Amino acid sequence: MEAFTVHTGRAVPLRRSNVDTDQIIPAVWLKQVSRTGFEKGLFSAWREDPDFVLNNPVYEGASILVAGPDFGTGSSREHAVWALQQYGFRVVVAARFADIFRNNSTKMGLLPVVLPAATVEALQAAVEADPTLEVTVDLAERQVRWAGETAAFEIDDYTRWRLMEGLDDIGLTLRNADAIATYENGRQPWLPTTV
Amino acid sequence: MGRTLAEKVWEQHVVRRAEGEPDLLYIDLHLIHEVTSPQAFDGLRMAGRPIRRPDLTIATEDHNVPTVRGPINDLVSRTQVETLRKNCAEFGVRLHPMGDAGQGVVHIIGPQFGLTQPGMTIVCGDSHTSTHGAFGGIAFGIGTSEVEHVLATQTLPAYRPKTMAIEVSGELPAGVTAKDLILAIIAKIGTGGGQGYIVEYRGEAVRKLSMEGRMTVCNMSIEAGARAGMIAPDETTFEYLKGRPHAPTGDAWDAAVEYWKSLATDEDAVFDTVVEIDASTLTPFVTWGTNPGQGAPLGSAVPAPEETDDPSAAARALEYMGLTAGTPLREVKVDTVFVGSCTNGRLEDLRAAAEVLRGRQVVTRTLIVPGSMLVKLQAEQEGLDEVFKAAGAEWREAGCSMCLGMNPDTLAPGERSASTSNRNFEGRQGKGGRTHLVSPQVAAATAVTGKLTAPADLA
Repeated sequence: MEAFTVHTGRAVPLRRSNVDTDQIIPAVWLKQVSRTGFEKGLFSAWREDPDFVLNNPVYEGASILVAGPDFGTGSSREHAVWALQQYGFRVVVAARFADIFRNNSTKMGLLPVVLPAATVEALQAAVEADPTLEVTVDLAERQVRWAGETAAFEIDDYTRWRLMEGLDDIGLTLRNADAIATYENGRQPWLPTTV
Repeated sequence: MGRTLAEKVWEQHVVRRAEGEPDLLYIDLHLIHEVTSPQAFDGLRMAGRPIRRPDLTIATEDHNVPTVRGPINDLVSRTQVETLRKNCAEFGVRLHPMGDAGQGVVHIIGPQFGLTQPGMTIVCGDSHTSTHGAFGGIAFGIGTSEVEHVLATQTLPAYRPKTMAIEVSGELPAGVTAKDLILAIIAKIGTGGGQGYIVEYRGEAVRKLSMEGRMTVCNMSIEAGARAGMIAPDETTFEYLKGRPHAPTGDAWDAAVEYWKSLATDEDAVFDTVVEIDASTLTPFVTWGTNPGQGAPLGSAVPAPEETDDPSAAARALEYMGLTAGTPLREVKVDTVFVGSCTNGRLEDLRAAAEVLRGRQVVTRTLIVPGSMLVKLQAEQEGLDEVFKAAGAEWREAGCSMCLGMNPDTLAPGERSASTSNRNFEGRQGKGGRTHLVSPQVAAATAVTGKLTAPADLA
């Protein structure tokens, strides 16, 4: 995946809570067998409403989505992450993320940034006041910075390192192939196989 | 200090632990289906990696399949199913395709075959994998990158979630089901209440649930934000498992049962969070909004947004749902009833719906979709199909169907359903469709009256 260190871009406020992955990418888009072309499906039902925030031309080209709490609930579809990335987002900021969505994001290099609800609202208000506002998301320093404001965020060291190096998880795990084989030899004998 | 069920199962599966890193967790069973696997197989091919343990992997076709006999007419859906077939053949994975007696919804077939057993780790590229935790294992949904990771390594790097006990005291009153219980739990703790936790459902009311009811409860853990929900194995679990095709036999069965009994949470174990619910106070529960936490007792009215925890979300939900605050939920008119899904598509669910529909007529479009071909066969052996057909309901083939509308079973814009599935998200059952989540009993009674109804309301 693409490494992530520091990203500066414009942001778009999505003032909705509980944005589920069915909204991020409706099921009809999941029939594809490739990993590309999902940007057209991003929020496709909501984008039919001319007043939806992503249809506002002042936010065109924004790369940081600033959403309400409990972003990415529901289905495990990683297509939601692909759709956000392919549309141009590198970061999603929210007060809370659903576990599977957050996990999927870090596997793909889309950075989920957790900030307190009040800070998220302050950032949304700042962007609404000035859509050209430049927002910097600094994974190395674990900070979001805009217009003289600085908000610190937490992320575990291991995930941060993996994102900053852009490392393939499978490659890392296969370094432990011996440990996996040793474990396998000690598994309980009654455990089922599918054959 | 004692350990919880979740801690015991987790520790048993740690392949490698290192300071400052997630645990490397061994995965005992990997279930796959057509929707979230094609890109994972592509990844393996590009890297030249084989599947490490095809013998711990099983595939089925469920999300896209039509529930009327015949081929898949939608070309894109058909391509996805054919891609799964090619991938399974190339990589040596056992597949239960459409038409196979073992085909069905991925979370129905694992337990049905006896592949889902206590103490196991089970994953699938589907968030309702939490269903399998009903047997006392750790089971959770993963994304496609993790599907590829499990195919390649049979492991996952993961941090152990915190532990939450949901203690359900008392007994569920007559006519109140496992579905009502889990909907009430989600309404209580919210869609984010379980984030970062593995939930263990405990207490008298949980112990008295059948395995099928336990699966309904664990299935919807994810709707409360918890990736996994689990219930300690007991005699109900062993009774369900014994004699199933992949269950151990003879001495291995005895050894397994002894181990499974040791998994229960120790008396002195401490959970990170405890939530308490009194089952005896519950009544049939339905959702009124666009997330599974927006629910209320059937006997209540559509709430005013300002009475809820999240007024702006509630106002938006009522607008989408075409509902007015103060309207009694029993007055809400429904066009379509769906009985099925990994939440409520098992034999017990179909029996419950048939019990209500026996000798009555439906006034809505009513789809009865068994969760698997085996469930269908068993239901037909009991004559349930005849009850449904006599009532005017449609008796279909197995699949995910209207739970998520990837196949032709969908709601039209503005159409309203009472559905035994798990998600009432905007457009979940078809663009513009409006979903009320209910139990199979309420679904069947609603089909009879055309309004949200409990069986007890029927004359």
